[in-house]
Amino acid sequence: MQTTWAYTSNYFVYSAMALFTISFIAHAFETAFAVRAPEVADATQGNLLVKTLDYKRTEKTARIATAMMALGFLLLLAGIICRGISAKHVPWGNMYEFSITGALAFTGAYLAALRKYDLRWLGLFVSISVLLTLGTAITLLYRNSAPLVPALKSTWLVIHVISAIISGGVFLLANVVAAAYLYLDRVESRGPRPLWLQRVPSLEVLDQLSYRLVAFVFPLWTFAVIAGAIWAESAWGSYWGWDPKETWAFITWVAYAAYLHARVTVGWRGRRAAWLCIFAGSTFLFNYVYVNVWGTGKHTYSGL
Amino acid sequence: MSQQTEIPELGFLGLARFAWRQLTSMRTALILLMLMGVAAIPGSLIPQRITNPMAVRDFITQSPALSLWYDRFSLFDVYGSPWFSAIYILLFISLIGCVLPRSIEHFSAMRAQPPATPKNLVRLEEYQKFSTDAQALDRATAWFTKNRFRVLNEGQSLSAEKGYLRETGNLLFHLSLILALIGVSFGSLFSMKGEAIVNVGERFINIPTSYDTLSFGKLMGDNSLTPFQIRVDKFVAQYDPATNAPKDYTASVTVTNNGVTRKEIIKVNEPLTFGNTRVYLQANGYSPVVTVRDSKGDVAFQGPVPFLPQDGNLRSIGAIKVPDANPQIGFVGSFVPTNSRTAGLGATSLFPELLDPKLLFSVWKGNLGLDSGVPQSVYRLDTTKLTKVGLGSVKPGETFTYPEGSITLETVVPWINLQVVEDPGKKYALVGGILAVLGLITSLYGRRRRIWIRVTSDGVEVAGLAKNGAPGLEAEVKDFVRAVKGEK
Repeated sequence: MQTTWAYTSNYFVYSAMALFTISFIAHAFETAFAVRAPEVADATQGNLLVKTLDYKRTEKTARIATAMMALGFLLLLAGIICRGISAKHVPWGNMYEFSITGALAFTGAYLAALRKYDLRWLGLFVSISVLLTLGTAITLLYRNSAPLVPALKSTWLVIHVISAIISGGVFLLANVVAAAYLYLDRVESRGPRPLWLQRVPSLEVLDQLSYRLVAFVFPLWTFAVIAGAIWAESAWGSYWGWDPKETWAFITWVAYAAYLHARVTVGWRGRRAAWLCIFAGSTFLFNYVYVNVWGTGKHTYSGL
Repeated sequence: MSQQTEIPELGFLGLARFAWRQLTSMRTALILLMLMGVAAIPGSLIPQRITNPMAVRDFITQSPALSLWYDRFSLFDVYGSPWFSAIYILLFISLIGCVLPRSIEHFSAMRAQPPATPKNLVRLEEYQKFSTDAQALDRATAWFTKNRFRVLNEGQSLSAEKGYLRETGNLLFHLSLILALIGVSFGSLFSMKGEAIVNVGERFINIPTSYDTLSFGKLMGDNSLTPFQIRVDKFVAQYDPATNAPKDYTASVTVTNNGVTRKEIIKVNEPLTFGNTRVYLQANGYSPVVTVRDSKGDVAFQGPVPFLPQDGNLRSIGAIKVPDANPQIGFVGSFVPTNSRTAGLGATSLFPELLDPKLLFSVWKGNLGLDSGVPQSVYRLDTTKLTKVGLGSVKPGETFTYPEGSITLETVVPWINLQVVEDPGKKYALVGGILAVLGLITSLYGRRRRIWIRVTSDGVEVAGLAKNGAPGLEAEVKDFVRAVKGEK
């Protein structure tokens, strides 16, 4: 019975990957086919055939892309729930399980932000990165569903891990937006934007957006660190032990705190702020990859 | 030097004031904050004495020259090093110097009236002008009251402000950090932490000599241990047959505290609590119970000897030292709970439970050096000055005989490692942490903004201002204007 649930979980994850693939293709299609060459030469532009963007033509494809992404989110969620049922605990015991949940959080952060902001230009990137994460997870990191080691048997597992994963998803989204800012900034410094970049919002909007995302999720990250400390106190006997994972969580916290101060108090904007945001996000990624794979310390469980 | 440059005379007080202003400036605070993040990095890449003393020892033996330099810069003790302490102490002084004056200022500003309506509203955000009836100001007042703005009535105009909570939250957050740091410092001064290996069936008494390792905070003496006794009645470890990974550890104990005796259970996430002292179940292993006899058949040693686990299947190593035998006898041993019959002569364990236990050892005679005054590990035997007299293995109930005597493996009992921690500062750190999150939420989600309305000869002027570019002012002013026009 237990293995049946684990297999079901894998099918859901594979199906979600299929949907993310369709979403990726649809986003690519949308970006490529929105370009329209006019039939008549434009006299104001020196009689050149000036291409324009027309997203009305690809509106349907775009909707399909977002719908597939949302459906992929639901299937991935189902996969994670099945994984949890098979193991009889929340499925956050090894790196495979963290990765698929992280992919879910990132998709979720994108879809939630999409309701408020026009972010569909990010869809191409989100779908491919989620696809790559899931692919890596299921090929390299896959572990059979197993019971939790005693140290993980705690309600705090749910509270600590879910807040850390959600924070991670939103931090990464902020990172992507900041990276887009830096790229566009370079492009614009050389001249007008090429056609395919014209739908991406203005630099000012991107700058604000990455700040909003960080400011929104920073309290949650603080809570994740504190929840981890409370749990560590009952499991390891000390609420703070400078374990490598703790140290990097602290570095991430300090980096984002510096970012928020730099923006709110000192008034950093634009390029400098974007670099600081990316630096802070990299410390989070580094913590996830380095400490889990090569690190020693108390956060390494069950192989990976 | 004949040339005189005009340097304003600062004097000691002036210099101190200058230094204080520099330290408490936002730029310095920001640099210190980033510096603290960077300073924390080496501690996660270089092994640390507080987290992994074994790795530090290995590192020192492998590269002694480099280690010497590492030690000069406290790189094995980053988080207790002078330079790391310097950064966070400066940061917190800077924080206090910044936050306390601001708190006082905010406290008086909270009770002050909103500032007067600016003369020129046109230059502000969301400016609009429209004509309406004479009741406009009344409706505006009603809207402000309903939305809990603080209003300054200037007759022909209203100045309203909302969102002081943002600054309140901001200050609460920073003050909570100070509280958390006080908790951390208090804990490091008045804490104790010790570890002891206790065999099942034995009793642990909370006095300094019961501990294998014991350390105290700087202001804590060893007579301040909470008096209690713990007898370990039973220890059950469950493992997953498919992966050999542990599923559950449960220690059943009998506790005596303040003359009251009661039964308790200790699990990995469920420590025992005596006031500020908590007792944790940290590790476990096996102790072979052996009887060592001399050549005449007299018992020279009898009892359990804890062995240290080396892998997930609890292959363990240890030493049995018998100074009372003549000549002195020592055993260098390996213990496996489930012996592998196929893996040759070496000790290999297939499973962490006692399915087929076996003790493998070499026997040595000579002066064990226990009286030499040089501290020795109880788990290792220095065999350089000893002579090997035998090599053997026994299962429970079996006896191995060598020229100087014999060893019998009577049975095997589990041991558990109890960690005892006392930290009176942690509650303050916890309260600080919780308040910090609450402060952050109110500060980052709060919006501070002002809205003005003025009646002029040819209509009504409305304008707003959002601090820090907070979003949502446009919608709010729109709603306000609708209310003023009496449209809802």
